[in-house]
Amino acid sequence: MLEYVKRCIVRVWAIDTLRDAGLQALELMIGLDEAMMNIVALSVQVSLSAVVLSCLIALPIGAATAVGRFPGRQAIIVVMNAFMGLPPVVVGLIVYLALSRAGPLGPMGLLFTPTAMVLAQALLVTPIIAALTRQIVADAWEEYREQLQSLGSNGFRSALTLIWDTRFSLLTAVLAGLGRATAEVGAVMIVGGNIDGVTRVMTTAIALETSKGDLALALALGAILILLVVMLNSSAYLISEAARRRYG
Amino acid sequence: MAHLSVENLCYDIGGRRIIDSISIEFSARRSVVLGPNGAGKSVLLRLCHGLLVPTAGSICWRADANVAVRQAMVFQRPVMLRRSALANLTHALSLAGVGASEARERAITALRSAGLEALAHRSARVLSGGEQQRLALARAWALRPDILFLDEPTANLDPVATREVEAVIDAIHRAGTQVIMTTHNLGQARRMGDDILFIARGRLLERASADHFFRAPKSAEAAAFIEGELPW
Amino acid sequence: MVDPVFIRVVLLACLAWIASVPAQAAERFITVASTTSTEQSGLFGHLLPLFTRASGIEVRVVALGTGQALALARRGDADVVFVHDPVAEEKFVSEGYGRGRQRVMYNDFVLIGPKADPARVAGSGDIAQALQRIHATASPFASRADKSGTHAAELRLWRLAGKDPQDGRAKWYRETGSGMGPTLNTAAAMNAYVLTDRGTWLSFKNRADLVILVEGDQRLFNQYGVILVNSEKHPHVKHALGQQFVDWLTSKPGQNAIAGYRIGGEQLFFPNAGGS
Repeated sequence: MLEYVKRCIVRVWAIDTLRDAGLQALELMIGLDEAMMNIVALSVQVSLSAVVLSCLIALPIGAATAVGRFPGRQAIIVVMNAFMGLPPVVVGLIVYLALSRAGPLGPMGLLFTPTAMVLAQALLVTPIIAALTRQIVADAWEEYREQLQSLGSNGFRSALTLIWDTRFSLLTAVLAGLGRATAEVGAVMIVGGNIDGVTRVMTTAIALETSKGDLALALALGAILILLVVMLNSSAYLISEAARRRYG
Repeated sequence: MAHLSVENLCYDIGGRRIIDSISIEFSARRSVVLGPNGAGKSVLLRLCHGLLVPTAGSICWRADANVAVRQAMVFQRPVMLRRSALANLTHALSLAGVGASEARERAITALRSAGLEALAHRSARVLSGGEQQRLALARAWALRPDILFLDEPTANLDPVATREVEAVIDAIHRAGTQVIMTTHNLGQARRMGDDILFIARGRLLERASADHFFRAPKSAEAAAFIEGELPW
Repeated sequence: MVDPVFIRVVLLACLAWIASVPAQAAERFITVASTTSTEQSGLFGHLLPLFTRASGIEVRVVALGTGQALALARRGDADVVFVHDPVAEEKFVSEGYGRGRQRVMYNDFVLIGPKADPARVAGSGDIAQALQRIHATASPFASRADKSGTHAAELRLWRLAGKDPQDGRAKWYRETGSGMGPTLNTAAAMNAYVLTDRGTWLSFKNRADLVILVEGDQRLFNQYGVILVNSEKHPHVKHALGQQFVDWLTSKPGQNAIAGYRIGGEQLFFPNAGGS
C-alpha cells in the first residue's frame, strides 16, 4: 500500500508541469509575491463583499418564503431553485449590458471596476443562499411554529427570530455561496475585464496564464486559490462548531 | 378572574371529525383533560388557545373588568431559542409588548420562582429536558397569564423531573392562574386535577371532580381507561 | 472560549475591509480596449509603465479579440482602441465611432504546425500554397473563429489561396471560438496547424511539438492601429487623456519604447507610425 502511494507520488512528480506548478506555488507563497498578494486580496475582498451583499437580499427572501404565505411565493421558490445553477457567463453578460455606457446603469461608470464584479457575483450567489436559507428556515419553522404563534409572534418577527436561531446552519448556505463566488470566472471576466492591478482576481489570472500557455503558473495559482478557499471554510467551520457547542 | 367556555365546538381535518360538538364551561380550578391517544385532547387545547381555528362552534372568553385575557401554553416538547435562558424569557415578554427593563425584571423573577436562576445565562438548548420544561413554564409564567394550557408537559420526563415540573405548575396555579392540562399519567391527573374532563373519539364523555371520577366513573369507557383496558 | 467582544471586533474589521472595495482610487485613467496579442505578449507590461511615468495617466487594458474590442468601444465602454484589423478599423471610423485611425506598429503572422509537418508546408515561404496543401491533405487546422484580427487575417489568406476551408463541413478545420492562447493550447494538444501573430507565439510556453513552418511572406504582414473613440458619440469618453495616449504611442519616445521590447533578444513589434 505504502509502496503503491510512493510510486504514484514519484510518477506524478515526474510530470514536469505538476512539479513546476508545485514549486512555483511554494515560491509565490513563501516569497509573498506582491502582485500575487494583491490579486489574492482582491479575490477575497470581491467575493466576500458579494456574499455579504447577497445575504442582505437572500436571507430575508429565503426566510419570507419559508414562513410567509403570500401570492407569488411558489413562483419565487421555483425561480430561486432554478437559478441556483445560473451560468456565470450569462450573469456576466446581463451585468455587462446593464453597466455598459450604452446600458441603463451606464452613467454610473461602474463597468470594469471591482464593484461591477461584486454585483455580478452577488447576482450569481443570491439564488443559492436564498434557496438554502428557505430550506433551513422552513425546517426550523416546522419545529418552532406553534411555540412562536403561542407567544404572539407575527410572521415578520418569526422570520427574524428563525434567521438568528438557525445562524449556524445558515453559515453552510453562506459558505456555499462564497465557494461559488470565489470559483467562478465567466462573470468577473466579462464585467471586470481582467485589468492588471485593477480587476484581476485569482480565477481570471488563472485563465490568463492558461491562455499564455504557462500551465505550471496557472496550476500554481489554482493551488493557492484552493488553499485559500479551504482556509476560509475551515475557519468558518471551527468558529461555528465552537459556537454550536456553546449554544446547542 | 377570566372564564373560558366553549360551545358545540367542532374541528375537522381532511374530512375527519377530530372534535365533535364539545361544550364545556371551564371552572377556575385546575382542569385535567384525560383520554386515550387520538381522542382529541391536544387539539382541544390548541383550539382553546387559538392555534387552530374551529370548524364550527364558538370559544368564549369572559374577563372581569374589561381587560384582555392573557393566556399562555406549554407544549409537550419545549421549543427553546438558541440563546440564553434569560433571553428566551425576555424575547417572549418583548413579543407581549413588555418594555426591556421591566421584561428583564419579570424574567429574573420567573426564573427564580422556577428554581432556574443559576442557569439564567446558560444557553437554553444545552439544558436538560426537565430544565428546559421548567424554563418553558417560567417563560409562560413571566407572561402572567390568566389561563395556562399545558399539553402533556411531563410526557418526556423521568419521575424526578416530572415532580419538579409539577411543583412549578402548582406554584403558578397558587399565584392565581387557571390551569388546563392534558396528561396520560393517571397519577398526575389525581395529583394535579380538581376537575377531570374525559374525552374519547372527539366527544366529551364525562366531567367530574377528580375524586368522583377515579372512584366512580360514570361511563364504561372511562372505567376501562382507568383500569388500563383499551377497548379502542 | 474566545472572548465574544474580540470576535465582534474582528468581524467589524473584516466588514470594513470588505466594504472598502468600491473605494479604489480612480483618478486619472483611461480604458483601452485591445487585443490579446498585445497584452499576452507582454508588450503592455513593458509599454504602459513608461507612458504612466511620462504622463501620470494610468492605462487600464481590457484584452479581447479585435472584433470584441471594437464592439466594446461602439457601446462606449472604452476610451481608446488598439487593435489589428485595418478593414474593421476603417469601418469603425467611417461609422463615426472613432476619430481618425493611426498606424502604430506591425509585426507578422506565422503559420505554426507540428514538427512532423504532414502537409509538407515547411520552408516554402508561400502562405497561399501552404494553405492549399493543408486543404488538399486535410491536415488538422485550428481556427480562432472569434472575429478577432487574426481570424480576419486567416479568412483573408484562405480567400487568397482560393480555398474555402468550410466547404463540405470539413472535419480537419476546427473552429475553437476562443482567444489566441486557448487556440494555441488546442492546436498543441491535437497537433494542428494554426495561424498566429508572432508576438503571442514568442511568449507562448505550452508549445509541445509545434514550430514555425511558414514565415516571411509579405501577405503575413500584421498592422496595428490606434483609434480614439469619438466623444461626440459618447460624451463621457476621456477625450483629452485618450488623445495624450494616442499622441505618445505615435511619438518618438513611444515608438522607441515599442522597438525596445524584446523576448529572448528578438524584437516583437516594429514601430511604423505616421500617416494611416
